[in-house]
Amino acid sequence: MRMFEAYEADGFFDEMFAAGGEVRPHYRALLERFTGLAPDDFNARRAACDQHFLRQGVTFNVYHDDRGTERIFPFDPVPRVIPGAEWEHLEAGLTQRIIALNLFLHDIYHEQHILRDGIIPRFYIEEAKHYRPEFRGMNVPKDIYIHICGSDLIRGGDGTYYVLEDNGRCPSGASYLLENRNALKRAFPHLFESLGVRPVDTYPRELLEMLHHVSPHREGEPVCVLLTPGCYNSAYFEHCYLAREMGIEIVEGRDLVVMDDFVYMRTTKGLVRVDVIYRRIDDDFLDPTVFRKDSVLGVPGIMRAYQAGNVALANAVGTGVADDKVIYYFVPKIIEYYLGQDPILPNVPTYLASEDSDRKYILEHLPELVVKAANESGGYGMLMGPSATQEEIAAFHDKIIEDPRNFIAQPVVSLSRSPTYCDGIMEGRHIDLRPYIIYGDDVKIVPGGLTRVALKKGSLVVNSSQGGGSKDTWVLK
Amino acid sequence: MLSRVANSLYWMVRYIERADNLSRLIEVNGQLLLDHERLDSDRLRAFWKPIILSTGDEELFGELYGAWEEGSAAVIRFLTDDRRNPNSIVSSIAQARENARMVRDQLSEELWEELNSLYLFINSREGEQLLANDPTRFYETIRRATFTFHGIAAASISRSEAWEFMDLGRHLERADKTTRFLDITSFLPEAEVPTNGSATFHWTAILRSCGALGAFRAEHRGEPTEESVVSFLVFSREFPRSVRYCVERIDRNLHRISGAPRGTYSNEAERVSGRLLSELSYGSTDEILAGGLHAYLDGVQERFNSIGAGMFRTYIQVRDTGDERPPIPAASMSSVVAWQMAQQQQ
Repeated sequence: MRMFEAYEADGFFDEMFAAGGEVRPHYRALLERFTGLAPDDFNARRAACDQHFLRQGVTFNVYHDDRGTERIFPFDPVPRVIPGAEWEHLEAGLTQRIIALNLFLHDIYHEQHILRDGIIPRFYIEEAKHYRPEFRGMNVPKDIYIHICGSDLIRGGDGTYYVLEDNGRCPSGASYLLENRNALKRAFPHLFESLGVRPVDTYPRELLEMLHHVSPHREGEPVCVLLTPGCYNSAYFEHCYLAREMGIEIVEGRDLVVMDDFVYMRTTKGLVRVDVIYRRIDDDFLDPTVFRKDSVLGVPGIMRAYQAGNVALANAVGTGVADDKVIYYFVPKIIEYYLGQDPILPNVPTYLASEDSDRKYILEHLPELVVKAANESGGYGMLMGPSATQEEIAAFHDKIIEDPRNFIAQPVVSLSRSPTYCDGIMEGRHIDLRPYIIYGDDVKIVPGGLTRVALKKGSLVVNSSQGGGSKDTWVLK
Repeated sequence: MLSRVANSLYWMVRYIERADNLSRLIEVNGQLLLDHERLDSDRLRAFWKPIILSTGDEELFGELYGAWEEGSAAVIRFLTDDRRNPNSIVSSIAQARENARMVRDQLSEELWEELNSLYLFINSREGEQLLANDPTRFYETIRRATFTFHGIAAASISRSEAWEFMDLGRHLERADKTTRFLDITSFLPEAEVPTNGSATFHWTAILRSCGALGAFRAEHRGEPTEESVVSFLVFSREFPRSVRYCVERIDRNLHRISGAPRGTYSNEAERVSGRLLSELSYGSTDEILAGGLHAYLDGVQERFNSIGAGMFRTYIQVRDTGDERPPIPAASMSSVVAWQMAQQQQ
């Protein structure tokens, strides 16, 4: 196959090829196998992957479309490969991070030593959009707040891994990771032969074990459910997929009812008590008697049951304070403060708009920086300085002055690239990595994670809502 | 099993069965029309009106198509791919899939894929073109897909509660449609009431609409008559679309769900199904015809409704004393609900 012939790294860090154009050792066998494929054969297999996703309904909904059009999340068949030793380093760094973030949340919702010791200015916590002061003093099962974390990793120009952000509320995408592996195995089985690619299918079992671990009730097997916003959610496929893989019920708010501070689900045999809820709806919608009054997705009274210790929620309420992008700035300090260790994985250098000197720098350098709103996700609320128009920059300039607490800025990191199939040939496209870290009895990380790829040439935005796709991620033994 | 899940499984299968029955009804009558010489609009109306009436959607048809100027084409469109008609074939399949989506975790992958493929097909350009150029094959594709669906379900779903709710939905819908197709004669205008020669023609069409012609011939010699067709479609113990057969299954499904022994009842749905079953076991065609076929079928349809409503009250609408919640509009999602559901995931 000639698709790699004209391939150029263009000066970026390329996952497959070293600076001299030499293929990296951990990609050698894979490249040979790809090169052995005739273009027609390759295309037929690629189309089979897309068909598989469409028939399976591995799709996200395009909102506000009468015919309920669904699109598949584009899948690129060239896997991203991570050597075993590199993965061990990432695993150690991510484990350190989730432990520190959980200690931080426990502290913030109890004595607040870290604020008293002046490590983080109190103002930043109290002004955090997802901080829930009303839950101070409440104990959560096993003292775990973030049970599932999706910390996005990127690589800079020299290949160094950085943490770009932590997703500690309801990180999504794990089902794509699992389905990408299935699709690639079906369509390109020979790629895998005797390469020692570590399996990923343990994820649902580990997720379920974690849910069992946090059950507030000891007797019998705990009843766990997955709470979804409903079938119109863009991640609904994932909710169904994970519930089925775990063998637990997927419920909507209207399936649950609270009586005497216990949560029950309505079944054909009457009410059944629920012990653990893997919730995939935001805090705001959980309980209309406590949070948003207009929520029709939530369960009235569920917070009472939670506070009474009769039901566990994963993730806990109020974890959003830890993935606020301003708090992100402090995570290296958080690791040092609670663990007395140096952070294994560095942050991307970050400027806080509420600090006078930083703000001055940000406002003077907007065309070179990436500006992010503190609490948005999915690639929304962002300014990419180098590609922004004058008007966009001016608009962010005003927004930052108006509400500095809500903004941070970072230098543009020129994400690493991976060969990606584009219209008949392979071209480099920017990628990131979202691993899924589970914190239960122990910390478990499924080998690899979801590699997201910006399919538009030159684009650095990998979110599915913004023209991103994904790849299978291989961690080698 | 969650009540909402039971409800979705039940409706998923009902809508599949509805699409299957409707596709046969349209195809058979479309072909029947070819045997007639040119019909003016009055005659066309006399031909199709009973069929629309049998689906129970005559009011909506009147609103959407008022005048009969478009003739057969309008009726066929209304029943086949008019998305404004919630009971058209295309709408039924969309609703079956919508229900399937809500309970995907309960279905085998193959079952979901079959239904999803059918949905993608009827919404594709190929689907639209096939309907325009070769309607016979279009309807056949739909029927084959629904048969495949039932086959995969039978081969992959455990015979647990989920299965019983699905099987209940299938037989309730099937029995209802058999009675409605039988009832088509009742709506014929005086001039069209079948007599001798045309009667054979007519009863044959009804048998074919129920997919029953072959099975009927195996059991009855000679041409179909009102007596023999009613006897077959109402009382047959063996034919899977007869009313008797379906009610036997419905009664069995209900008792397996509740665990109550057959011949007794623990809820209203079981009481109605048990009673209807014994009437069908001991009734006769003569009695039906003496009292009037239409009145009889009307009564049976009402009982089907009671069974559905009784089932809903017992298993779906679980009573509780929990906190009040804002009501969710059940049938169609309001934009607020859709917006809340669409919340961005991290």
